[in-house]
Amino acid sequence: MSKATSSPVRSIAAHGALILYTIIALFPVVIVVINSFKSRQAIFREPLMPPTASTFDLVGYATVWNQGDFALYFQNSLIVTVASLFFVLLFGAMAAFALSEYRFRGNALMGLYLALGIMIPIRLGTVAILQLMVAGGLVNTLTALVLVYTAQGLPLAIFILSEFMKSVSDDLKNAGRIDGLSEYTIFFRLVLPLVRPAMATVAVFTMIPIWNDLWFPLILAPSEATKTVTLGAQLFLGQYVTNWNAVLAALSLAILPVLILYIAFSRQLIRGITSGAVK
Amino acid sequence: MATAKRPIRWHVGVFLAPAVLVYTAIMILPLFGTLQLSLFKAVNGVQTFVGLDNFRTLFGDPNWSTGFWNALRNNIWFFVIHMLVQNPIGVLLAALLSSPKLRFSAFYRTAIFVPTILSFVIVGFAWKLILSPLWGVAPNLLDLVGLKFLFSPWLGKEGSALIALSLISVWQFVGIPMMLIYAALLSIPDEVIEAAECDGVTGMAQFWKIKLPLILPAIGIISILTFVGNFNAFDLIYTAQGALAGPNFSTDILGTFLYRAFFGFQLQVGDPNMGATIATMMFLIILAGVCIYLFLIQTRLRRYQF
Repeated sequence: MSKATSSPVRSIAAHGALILYTIIALFPVVIVVINSFKSRQAIFREPLMPPTASTFDLVGYATVWNQGDFALYFQNSLIVTVASLFFVLLFGAMAAFALSEYRFRGNALMGLYLALGIMIPIRLGTVAILQLMVAGGLVNTLTALVLVYTAQGLPLAIFILSEFMKSVSDDLKNAGRIDGLSEYTIFFRLVLPLVRPAMATVAVFTMIPIWNDLWFPLILAPSEATKTVTLGAQLFLGQYVTNWNAVLAALSLAILPVLILYIAFSRQLIRGITSGAVK
Repeated sequence: MATAKRPIRWHVGVFLAPAVLVYTAIMILPLFGTLQLSLFKAVNGVQTFVGLDNFRTLFGDPNWSTGFWNALRNNIWFFVIHMLVQNPIGVLLAALLSSPKLRFSAFYRTAIFVPTILSFVIVGFAWKLILSPLWGVAPNLLDLVGLKFLFSPWLGKEGSALIALSLISVWQFVGIPMMLIYAALLSIPDEVIEAAECDGVTGMAQFWKIKLPLILPAIGIISILTFVGNFNAFDLIYTAQGALAGPNFSTDILGTFLYRAFFGFQLQVGDPNMGATIATMMFLIILAGVCIYLFLIQTRLRRYQF
């Protein structure tokens, strides 16, 4: 190691720059969360201060709890995200296995066809998707959202998973075949457990855009019974725009679940990105 | 079973079918359906083929063309600001993070990536509050460093709203270039760096002459991801400025323009065919960008195999 790369001055400068940017990245989140626990006057008088015993106030959370049906929205988001994730992972892994395991006519073409969706966003088809859902009677159902998100998640999932499935040893699969296992058993019993880390990476990549999406809930399922958290928060914030306590509390409630999930899975996510899963 | 002919392998079809069916039915067919709808028009409630009439309206009718060109211009600006701000910051952060023996690098990485996982609704509203002159967080902070005179309600001014929103979006997404470039920097083998150091190439010179050329493919990927993301953006503008993309359409981009054309706003009635026409234009723009990347840029970038 050369002296230049390990000198203390350089290392302090590097830490300084990184700390500065970390503050920029976290500041808005922190300021929203700390102010959500304060009384209205304290929010305006000293916005940069954390809540103290005298300024602590949960009035915002009370408003959110009483006015918005956030428990239902949360449930909707959870159903949509988990169901879409399940189908993306199952169908994606199956297709990735077929593409990476078997040689058949049109294999490369099929791979290319399925990869199109990585670059072309599904939103551009919205006009016809809405017509399709109207024709199928699926408007304002969670099924419509699950279908759209499954289609949206598949291309990247297939792409990443087939890269990983190529690395599963052929000997193992052939040993299974000699023992008389069917192709389905080989896939579900031998291959799937081995690509579990890749599945976790794909799961995180698929989950975040689904949970955060505003466009499709707004267009396909805006009814009270099918609102997702993101859409519910958007409408609630627009409605209570002058009630700062409520707005800050709603924002904090929207941030926290994602943040907890992220901290739980961040190693998986970062390992996924840095292992070159996204090429 | 005849030996000359291989049996049909049904399982291949079974493995492929669900993904191909869902993907084709929900993604590919609607995409072409939308392209097709742009050639039709509802005449007395009946869809009638009108050729390129909708495009003539979009470009010829001042009611539409001013809005379209304005949205396109804003969208290009949005993209340019991303490229000029997001990528250099991303490269810088990645370079700092990848320096050897850096402590707490996992913490920095995790923290800087936090905004990227938040939804646009949170990001748009949180920044709207912070930049609001009512609350005073932004002016207070500027006061701390003696720059209070610089403050103005950026999101509410025609001249600065788009720039402010672009920078908010950069703030949100800088984690992605940081991570991808960080990964690219980590994949540079130690021997290459050691060889450079033996030749006396260290520090900044090493970064510019050795590392940067090696991470150019990663920068190319980030650029095309940013391009597709930006020309498809909608949520942030809708959350922060509403469907009208105010003030006075100064933050209108193609996504919000499409939304208004499709669903209508104020006195204008929504028109699925004009919506499809705008979506087709967005499709062509994104397709052109992707093709330029695939055929002109990616093939010229040298990839080094170690």
